[in-house]
Amino acid sequence: MRLIVLGATSTIAAETARLYAADGATILLVGRDQDRLQQTAADLKIRGAERVETAICDLAAPEDAQQQLADFAARIGGMDHVLLAYGILGDQGAAENNLIAAEEILRVNFNSAAAWSLAAANMLERQGRGSLVVIGSVAGDRGRRANFIYGAAKAGLAALVEGIAHRFADKGPRAVLIKPGPTVTPMTEGMNRSGALWATPQQVAKIVYSRAFKGGPVAYAPGFWRVIMLVIRNLPSFVFNRMEI
Amino acid sequence: MTRFSASKSVRSWGGVLQAPHNVARPGWRSELQRLVLSGRQEGYVLLASGLRRSYGDSGLNPEGGLIDMTGLDRMIALDPASRLMRVEAGTSFDAILKVIVRQGFFLPVTPGTRFVTVGGAIANDVHGKNHHRHGTIGCWVRRLGLVRSDGQELELTPDDASGLFQATIGGLGLTGIITWAEIELIPIQSAMIDAENIPFGDVDEFFSLATESEDDYDYTVSWIDCLSSGERLGRGIFTRGNHASTGSPLPDKGNTRLTMPVSLPGLAMNRYSISAFNALYFWNGQRKSGPLRTGLHPFFYPLDSIGRWNRMYGRKGMYQYQSVVPPAVQKDATRDMLKAISASGQGSFLAVLKTFGHVPSPGLLSFPSPGTTLALDFPNHGDVTLKLMARLDAIVREAGGRLYPAKDGRMSAEMFQAGYPAWQDFAKHVDAGFNSHFWKRVSQA
Repeated sequence: MRLIVLGATSTIAAETARLYAADGATILLVGRDQDRLQQTAADLKIRGAERVETAICDLAAPEDAQQQLADFAARIGGMDHVLLAYGILGDQGAAENNLIAAEEILRVNFNSAAAWSLAAANMLERQGRGSLVVIGSVAGDRGRRANFIYGAAKAGLAALVEGIAHRFADKGPRAVLIKPGPTVTPMTEGMNRSGALWATPQQVAKIVYSRAFKGGPVAYAPGFWRVIMLVIRNLPSFVFNRMEI
Repeated sequence: MTRFSASKSVRSWGGVLQAPHNVARPGWRSELQRLVLSGRQEGYVLLASGLRRSYGDSGLNPEGGLIDMTGLDRMIALDPASRLMRVEAGTSFDAILKVIVRQGFFLPVTPGTRFVTVGGAIANDVHGKNHHRHGTIGCWVRRLGLVRSDGQELELTPDDASGLFQATIGGLGLTGIITWAEIELIPIQSAMIDAENIPFGDVDEFFSLATESEDDYDYTVSWIDCLSSGERLGRGIFTRGNHASTGSPLPDKGNTRLTMPVSLPGLAMNRYSISAFNALYFWNGQRKSGPLRTGLHPFFYPLDSIGRWNRMYGRKGMYQYQSVVPPAVQKDATRDMLKAISASGQGSFLAVLKTFGHVPSPGLLSFPSPGTTLALDFPNHGDVTLKLMARLDAIVREAGGRLYPAKDGRMSAEMFQAGYPAWQDFAKHVDAGFNSHFWKRVSQA
């Protein structure tokens, strides 16, 4: 098993990579911070990974995603799974007034992620097997005032990955979008994180790992979010618009 | 960037005290120094926190800053030749076991749950069923990193002349934040244990079994029925074992099968239910007595088979009480304590009796010392429970014994200071930027 992790210093990505490591995978960690990538690499090696490599790349600004991804794969002798896990929540309030900040949220979470996803789709289709696993968000299911710019990017990404899954439907490879609910990671630092709806990165990682191998094109993490979001998506707007969520 | 945010209610494992804290959860070691400085600037007194298995208030710091270390759980290095493993302080024993057992190594010392962090284990200088052989975890720490409230990160070793290493082992997190540690592992030939369960009828029988077993068994421990009285006073099951020299090298799967979904009503734990449980447990132990080969998880971590078992004790929570009394008086003191418990009718599911050995710990505030330790838990029934523990305190003090801070949520400053004569030496090493509810309580004049 050869795994490429795009955004390897993300907590969910690192937890998922640990599950691959325990099965003896070869892993390439891609991110911006060399020191953090190396700490993650050492951890994964001790936890059982066959081999771990790191690559420095500003994923939010791909120059030639197709070529870069091919280079990444060459580093570890090929690519079986690719996990796209980077993203920024951004500051919704600031971004509403400062359109450059809004664009940044869209560019990081959608434009660049779409480029990597499309590049991965081409590579997977050529080799006729493998998985593209993308971390989306329940925030993409319905826009709400607290984070709808982030949500819009994740909604776009969801449509893109679903489309790739459709394109793969009668072929070998798989494409999966994981939609975590609120998770205790650095992204949600500062929020009140107590309560039953909060998940740990470990809980989410288990779902990411199992869905990389089997199941439909969209998975909520934890699974109960499927039900919650079904309700939220279907609330009439005269109800939804009065809710403080 | 990691920062502190208000959390309304943080509780420890016993659940008696719940209090608001300002919690930060760093994800990288490089964030710690700045986090400590920013916390101090905001006026918080600090305390590091792990998987919160301490029962009382030694892991709580109400209104202060709590640094949740569970996000710092990376493994840094493992060298099979020297058997040294270096990990971040938030790494759990559970995660370590998943890696090392299949490579033929085991933790030199492990407490009765594998859901503790390395930092927490060191800060409480935990012991296990092999104390008579291996001492405490502190005896196996070769090196550690410590961030002080001035933002400095120190690297400490057992030969540290300043005494800060010795203060940090068993130092309850009061000397700073343990950031990483290097621990020596022990080799094992298989992932199995050759164990034996032996029922005993009274305290005397326990002590002869303990004496007879110490030379030939790495691990010894007993469960004791603390609601039996009269002739049956102190009946129990003595368990001893060694790592098997043959058998599967692969660890058994984790044994957490079910998790308590909610707190039970406080009434669920009463003298009748506990008494019935104890009788059943004793009967079952008698039935299964004799040698058996078992996996590591059921032998070391039977309680981990029920996730969040502390919820059995209801919303009011429970107290733990763990004492050690010196060899010269251990028989009488143990018998007196059992009599007091039995007479009170306030039983405990998890009464554990064990003899400690003579391996000294480097820790200034380390709990284990030669003699016999008795660990009990009591559902919190308010005053009657506190009164029973006060009676036990009198016996322990009279015997020249002491109580385990990791389990305590109520001992008096006097009781603590009498039990830990080195406490004032220790206090010199306490970092003024750190504190805990426990330390405020017991360090008073």
